[in-house]
Amino acid sequence: MSPNVLALLPEIILTLTGVFIMMAEPCLAPNSSRKPLGWIAIAGTVGALVASWYQVSLGVTIHAFSNTIQVDAFSVLFHYVIGAVVLVTLLGSLDYFEGNASHAGEYFALLCFGAVGMMLMASSVELLMVFVGLEISSISTYILCGFRKGQATGSESSIKYFLLGSFATAFFLYGVALAFGATGSTDLYAVALGLQTTATPALAFTALALILIGLGFKVSAAPFHVWTPDVYQGAPAPVVGLMSTAPKAAAFAVLLRITFTGFPIYQHRWTVLMWVLAALSMTIGNLGALLQRDVKRMLAYSSIAHAGYLLVAFTAFPFDGIAAACFYTATYAAMNVGAFAVITQISGYDERARTIDDFTGLGQKRPYLAALLSFFLLSLIGIPFTGGFFGKFYVFSAAIHNGNVWLAVIGLLNSGVACFYYLRLLAAVYTKPGAESARLNQLRPISIPAAVGLALAAAATLTLGILPSGAVSFAEYASHSTLIEQGRQECAAHPDCHIQLQFDVR
Amino acid sequence: MNIDHTILTVITFVPLAGAVLLALLPDKGKLMQWGALTVTLITFALTLHLPFHYDYSAVSGAFQFEQNAEWITSPAIHYHLGVDGLSMWLVVLTGFLAPLGVLISWNTISDRKKLFYTLFLLQQVAMLGIFVSLDLFLYYAFWELSLVPMTLLIATFGRTVNRRRAAIKYFLYTFIPSAILLVGMLWIYARTGTFQLPELTQLAATHGISNNSAALWLASLAFLVAFAVKVPVFPLHGWLADAIAEAPTAAVMVLAGKLGLYSILRFSFSIFPDESHRIAPLMIALGAIGIVYGALIALVQKDLKQLAAYGTLGHVSVVILGIFTFTIAGLDGGIYATLNEGIGGGALFMLLGILYERYGTYDIRDYGGLAAKLPWMVTLFVITTLSVVGLPMLNGFVGEFLVLTGGMQSTITHHTRWTVLATTGVIFTASYMLWMVQRVFYGNLNDNTADVPAPDLDAREHLALWPMVALMLLMGVASPYWMRAIDAAGTILARELQQAQPVTTNSPLPVPTVPSLANVLAQNDLLPAVNFKTDRESKLNLIPAAADATKKESKLRNISTSWSAALHSAASKPNTEATK
Repeated sequence: MSPNVLALLPEIILTLTGVFIMMAEPCLAPNSSRKPLGWIAIAGTVGALVASWYQVSLGVTIHAFSNTIQVDAFSVLFHYVIGAVVLVTLLGSLDYFEGNASHAGEYFALLCFGAVGMMLMASSVELLMVFVGLEISSISTYILCGFRKGQATGSESSIKYFLLGSFATAFFLYGVALAFGATGSTDLYAVALGLQTTATPALAFTALALILIGLGFKVSAAPFHVWTPDVYQGAPAPVVGLMSTAPKAAAFAVLLRITFTGFPIYQHRWTVLMWVLAALSMTIGNLGALLQRDVKRMLAYSSIAHAGYLLVAFTAFPFDGIAAACFYTATYAAMNVGAFAVITQISGYDERARTIDDFTGLGQKRPYLAALLSFFLLSLIGIPFTGGFFGKFYVFSAAIHNGNVWLAVIGLLNSGVACFYYLRLLAAVYTKPGAESARLNQLRPISIPAAVGLALAAAATLTLGILPSGAVSFAEYASHSTLIEQGRQECAAHPDCHIQLQFDVR
Repeated sequence: MNIDHTILTVITFVPLAGAVLLALLPDKGKLMQWGALTVTLITFALTLHLPFHYDYSAVSGAFQFEQNAEWITSPAIHYHLGVDGLSMWLVVLTGFLAPLGVLISWNTISDRKKLFYTLFLLQQVAMLGIFVSLDLFLYYAFWELSLVPMTLLIATFGRTVNRRRAAIKYFLYTFIPSAILLVGMLWIYARTGTFQLPELTQLAATHGISNNSAALWLASLAFLVAFAVKVPVFPLHGWLADAIAEAPTAAVMVLAGKLGLYSILRFSFSIFPDESHRIAPLMIALGAIGIVYGALIALVQKDLKQLAAYGTLGHVSVVILGIFTFTIAGLDGGIYATLNEGIGGGALFMLLGILYERYGTYDIRDYGGLAAKLPWMVTLFVITTLSVVGLPMLNGFVGEFLVLTGGMQSTITHHTRWTVLATTGVIFTASYMLWMVQRVFYGNLNDNTADVPAPDLDAREHLALWPMVALMLLMGVASPYWMRAIDAAGTILARELQQAQPVTTNSPLPVPTVPSLANVLAQNDLLPAVNFKTDRESKLNLIPAAADATKKESKLRNISTSWSAALHSAASKPNTEATK
């Protein structure tokens, strides 16, 4: 197989699936069920996951499209995360539409296209290619946010996201342009090389700062987070579950590549920036969430805080930091998409349950859904034997290893504050319902695909908490693969370097 | 088949299996109660394996029933379980209290039984896990896990509308210091590369953890504060009264004391011996103040549960005073008093719960003259009261006496004046307990409760209370049976801690831990080929004051033997000989 096809195999499969769904949708009768399209999307996602598995099973780094695409364990790990999140979202939204399925085909297609963009981001090592991926994924999510047509909040959410998102993309693009100006290339390895000899280090650092702003917006790190609560509140629950995890994972993958691979010389400088961003995100996210009554808004702030925990990993040594960030991304994706999948089931298409009070008495009416929601919330708090705990443990352990004890103190104090709002929801779930709370009475039974999706998320969260060994070694393998490739590229640039770096055979 | 290497895993996870089973069974009739009772009884039977197969002759302080397997390669985390004299009886006590907790909740919890018993069993898992974990990570996991079922038990089964507030208060009070504790642990891991307690103890004894004394000091505070909040030590007891007032009886029985006290003894003392020494004057002061403060506040309470809550504060303060004296008597007494607190406090809360079941109130002013109507009840109540007050022949006396003895012979600054203050607490404790008994059970019948048709204890309640009362008597008159294991642990701890001090102040040479153990073993004729050179060195390194204290202590211990008729334990012999 040509390396170009092989490197983009998951993306190609998903693109074809999306296109096929778009073509098939008009052929279906207007009133017929759109579920088959959903099943096709699921099949495509599973196919993409298998293709990613095939890529990593080859055990080599694949370079394609003039070295703009690099498929290694690192990008495959993020492909897994993104693919799994899309899979759970698809499973949860098969029966989500409740008779409003006239646009369901577009929904499934957009999810596929979004996944293509995110996966492309994770595997590109060239700034313009990153930009292409970023745009593919962003445009899909802009549309998905306003998917419930005819609802004011949906359109508001979509427009806000679009305006601020394009603004942030402009920052990113500006940064790319400046980086090109300072180093003469947009290829990350060439940028790293060019930084050693650049005549304008200030320009190069400005470029990095602008790129950080653009990506900081995408991962909703404070102080670039202001869009998050409004957008999450207005968007449909399954879409929020997706966009709070998968695009963030992709953006973090890009951020890791740009910082550790592209600008390693400036590590002492951007570590400070990351320190500040992490501390701000954790604090603002958690304090903001304390004031919220709307569950989705609360989880929006919680996702800001979790972005902060993840940024802590950037202050660690490269090897620890990349591995910890990879692991945390996976755990955060598992538990957050799980929490939103439960909320999707409870609130339904019309968002019957919005505020914390609406969840009162869920424990009695739907014990299994309540138990799952509690499990995901406990994982978000960081209670042991859940993925959330081990993820936090790993990230802060890496940060302390590099001497950032005080950042860890700030972070863990924040996780104490965070308990408060998660517990408030949890307490409501297990409180006896009052006479007036009839909102939960019209709950439908959970469909089998949705149950499978929930079970997947729960199993992933539990496995990452109890038996993290496998995931940790994969994260370390991912970290290794990027760093070795970096060393190899550096070596190739120097004529007198003859070190053979071996890692490909596992 | 030898199950010694897996017994601890089995003990810890049987309740978990039970919890899963209960969650899947339908909530019909008395199925939940019987299921929970069966599971807890099986667990208790399994914990009894420990004292019967414990090797009491191994005084070296080594862990027994150890299981050590690699869990996660990087970071290096082991699944390492084990018990010694310090934790063994706590494991058994936890197993013992659980079936009684189920019995006492039999009828009181009528709604959402499945949730209650599942959470109850999960709480059991977390507590057992805390006592048997020897890997810091594993320990911390159980430590954090223990918060969740308790918080939910308080939040859902609390007595008044105030329950959610009390639950969140409890959670935040204990979670935030625990978060800092995690930073401390991670810092230690970054320095040493291990989470294993035995290795860390070795490193601490040779000052191998870090040279940065300020950082060590902060880390030790992170540990101590997290544990002290859970105990709770005065003035960190803000959560206690609310949580106890709200929580259902079965949860209150295990709420305070054991977990925090054990953690201080096991982790603070082993990993930070020097820092523990330095903070000891403060801690014995807080212990003494806590005893008197708790008793005085209890004296003026009108609510029976609040009274018992502040009483609990007093009792755990006794332990704090005892263990921070760093004498063998103080440590032994502290460990013993920890067990007593579980039994005496547990029984007291069970009795109060039974009263509440009958009359629906905890207000002392609503009671009076119940002795005539409830003869069995009053008998058991008075025995429990006397145990809590510390009457000789009952368990409370043994612990309290040893603690106060230890307080007097300690070498910590100002130990005498704080011990004197603590001793006055004995009087206040007696005052509030006996006054409470008098107001509730004697005098004239109160109009508020006189007309309530309340039967005396039924068979189930007898079944729940008699084991407690029997244990109080047994532990009062036959303390050496328990002391055998406890004294070994206490002696080792005291030695480690007494040696920690001179190294930083007097001697430039680092003291290896081995000689002190070898010394003990040699005196006990257990280790024939002992290196006498290191042996002599270790003796030289004992500062005169400490040696003097040990001498005094052995004398006092002989006196105390005649007092409680039984304190002369097998393991205390080597100490008396060692200091001759």
